[in-house]
Amino acid sequence: MNPIIRLNEITKRYGGLVAVDEVSLTVDRGEMFGIIGPDGSGKSTLYKILATLLKPDKGTATVCGFDTVKDYKRLRTMIGYMPERFSLYQDLTVEENLSFFASLFGVSVKENYDLIAPIFGQLERFPSRKAGALSGGMKQKLALSCALIHRPEILLLDEPTTGVDAVSRGEFWDMLSTLKRKGITIIVSTSYMDEATRCERIAMMNKGHILDIDTPSNLVAGLGENLYNAVSDDMFGLLTQLRSMPDVIDCYTFGATLHVVGSNSFNSDKAMAKLLVSGHKDVKIYPAKGNIEDVFIKLTRDERE
Amino acid sequence: MAIFQSLIKKEALHVVRDTRTMVITLLMPLVLLLLFGFAISTEVNNIKLLAVVERHNDATRDILERLRVNDYFTFMGLSAASEVERVLRSGEADAALFLKDDNGEIKSQIIVDASNASAAQAITGYIRGVITGATTFDPIINHTLYNPQMKSSYNFVPGIMGMIFILICAIITSVSIVREKERGTMDLLLVSPVRPVTIMLGKLVPYFMLSCIILAAMLTISYTVLGLPMSGNVFDVIAISLIYIVLSLSIGLLVSTVVDTQLTALIVSAVAFMLPVIMLSGMIFPIDNMPVILQWVSCIIPARWYTEAMRKLMIEQLDISAVMKEIVILVMMTVILLVAAVKKFNSGK
Amino acid sequence: MKENDNVISVKGLTKRFGDFTAVDNISFDVKRGEIFGFLGANGAGKTTAMRMLCGLSYPTSGDGYVAGCDINRQADEIKRHIGYMSQKFSLYGNLSLEENLKLFATIYGMTDEEIKASSKKLFEELEMDSMRDTLVKDIPVGWKQKLAFATATIHRPEVVFLDEPTGGVDPATRRKFWELIYKAASEGMTIFVTTHYLDEAEYCNRVSIMVDGKISALASPEVLKEKYHVETMDEVFRIVAKDAIRGE
Repeated sequence: MNPIIRLNEITKRYGGLVAVDEVSLTVDRGEMFGIIGPDGSGKSTLYKILATLLKPDKGTATVCGFDTVKDYKRLRTMIGYMPERFSLYQDLTVEENLSFFASLFGVSVKENYDLIAPIFGQLERFPSRKAGALSGGMKQKLALSCALIHRPEILLLDEPTTGVDAVSRGEFWDMLSTLKRKGITIIVSTSYMDEATRCERIAMMNKGHILDIDTPSNLVAGLGENLYNAVSDDMFGLLTQLRSMPDVIDCYTFGATLHVVGSNSFNSDKAMAKLLVSGHKDVKIYPAKGNIEDVFIKLTRDERE
Repeated sequence: MAIFQSLIKKEALHVVRDTRTMVITLLMPLVLLLLFGFAISTEVNNIKLLAVVERHNDATRDILERLRVNDYFTFMGLSAASEVERVLRSGEADAALFLKDDNGEIKSQIIVDASNASAAQAITGYIRGVITGATTFDPIINHTLYNPQMKSSYNFVPGIMGMIFILICAIITSVSIVREKERGTMDLLLVSPVRPVTIMLGKLVPYFMLSCIILAAMLTISYTVLGLPMSGNVFDVIAISLIYIVLSLSIGLLVSTVVDTQLTALIVSAVAFMLPVIMLSGMIFPIDNMPVILQWVSCIIPARWYTEAMRKLMIEQLDISAVMKEIVILVMMTVILLVAAVKKFNSGK
Repeated sequence: MKENDNVISVKGLTKRFGDFTAVDNISFDVKRGEIFGFLGANGAGKTTAMRMLCGLSYPTSGDGYVAGCDINRQADEIKRHIGYMSQKFSLYGNLSLEENLKLFATIYGMTDEEIKASSKKLFEELEMDSMRDTLVKDIPVGWKQKLAFATATIHRPEVVFLDEPTGGVDPATRRKFWELIYKAASEGMTIFVTTHYLDEAEYCNRVSIMVDGKISALASPEVLKEKYHVETMDEVFRIVAKDAIRGE
């Protein structure tokens, strides 16, 4: 399959800071591709390069076969970009925002309405409300509608779900699935690791470079760690004590339990016995299934070593 | 063209929706004009004057009569010499005039309350004028040209116009551009197929039109309420004002390309452009009275040349050929600023 | 005394803005040393409720005690007994780590000796001793958060309010942050936390979920998951909050 996006050793510096460090990746046409990483990992810079807003210092980026630097003018009609923050005119109404963005691309709202109808439907009830007075979830739907109104081939969504509650977030991902079925390629970034599983493939980014790229299930399957859950009545004490054990590689909080990464010699029964002796009550240590977060923690740990 | 229209429409909506800013931009020029025109004035009016006359004769009576009918004076009547100091000290009078007939020749002495030195100077001048006018052998003929009554409101009109356009064009334009940067909407405009030049024009044209409305309002007030003499060169006034408006817009554009937040845009425009306009353009303090260094500095302030040109046209009623120097300087400044702003804007990527 | 075990206790707490009832007759208790998760959809009234608990606004009706102070009468007193940390504002970037810490300690009325002693201990615990003179804007986000938590708790408050404390940081840093919270809780501090990351709700001893100004669910994460027969708090939240009409 011919990739629709191809990044080749992209580097971007701001003064002494390397925001994006030799990033290479490809995205296939019609794919839902996730970029997962914390704030400051270089996601937004990468997006700006793809959106033709920034020139990379090194490397090349092609989208739909066009170079993002040389052919940026032709690319702009093919890309729908939704920046990190809510970036619409707060003092304009829902309708004014939509028709303004349509006019920038020389299209009418009417001719492309079918594409945004499932998203914009809920906003139709209040066309004359100011964008600034909408709730978080609604703002997001309006922003997505505005990014889609010119029927782009590629959607670039930079942290679209940040600060949005779980229900709206779920709805938003459902909308993206609908758009994907219509053949739109979607690149979406997030710092919520649990959302990664909604993408077909993900790139994990940290400090400007890519830790790994694969499907979420392959990544989790390839974790290959000796992973356990641990609980007791004194979680903080448990944490400190487990960390001091020589055959424990790492131990970190994980919701209601602690995750323990043991070396090959780690024996959960022995560890439990040790903990009970030192006064912990209700100690339980049992095998755990890893998820994307464990993968991220492992990859960043490997990198440090 | 449709894109351009919708850009302008959007900008117009921003302006109209932000009622507070709109009221300020539209009302402030008018309030300033009226304030400087009527309330604030360097003229000295209602001078309370006492006279002490040792021996009356025709000449002294003539002088007193002239003082009595003069608009600038409130004649308090005759007084005894011993009273003068008390009356001046208590503020009941501003000045006292002593007249004495010395063998047919009038000897006069003026005593004035100089707690406000410039007012005292003006008062002395006025009284002297009256006395010399009365005495027969008048050696100096005083003729005040262009602004015969020395109305200060005339003088302020060009200065206020120089200030207002910097305010509206430079400050408001730069803030509105930077706001889009701050809110992230500028990125959305830039990723659209619209050319950056179009985006900029979409910003400049609405504020240019707003400035034209304000120019019209200010000229109307100047020629009617403030009574500036209307003459054939109104079109020259408008033409030069338009150049100055474009120049101020270029400043706004330049500022917006170098700063990133609305607050810095405001501070940079205010400190780097507003203050010099008020202090150094000659609007309030005459340039000739400044230290030489400041006189040089004032040369790079566009408002100085605009104000000077406006004075010559509006007050001296001169022909456009008299302000050629100012026009050339203003046009050059405009070109330099505009080129710098466009260059900076394009290199921003 | 039983009341002493509840650091926060509210009954019938209500806040109206005109016709709009932002917080509608909510009642709950938070025990000493508990990690209490305060969840809700956008616009559910979380922030309004939290402002009342912090003594920043008065309830329209209802009673409540925070750290032994009446929220109707002792709003100013409350502020002395609580700590507050928000993702939006935490520290002054152009002050050094130590200057930030000192500033907040002074604001909370600590004496110079107290500040000296506790800041030394704190910097050692956070392993930031060598960084105390670095400007806050020059340190990584994770460190900022840790320091922000340290400043919010330097005066040993009985309860600390954390408003979306972990937005946008990497998983490893978020975990370090939760360790700090565990530690503070194990020392008897009560933690009241709001978050959009529902996996974080699992860290809490108990969570409440606010929907349209009311508390629709309040129990430990295990109990809630069992009740709705689901695996994660994310699903619990979706079930509980799906009927929300507000916020649109």
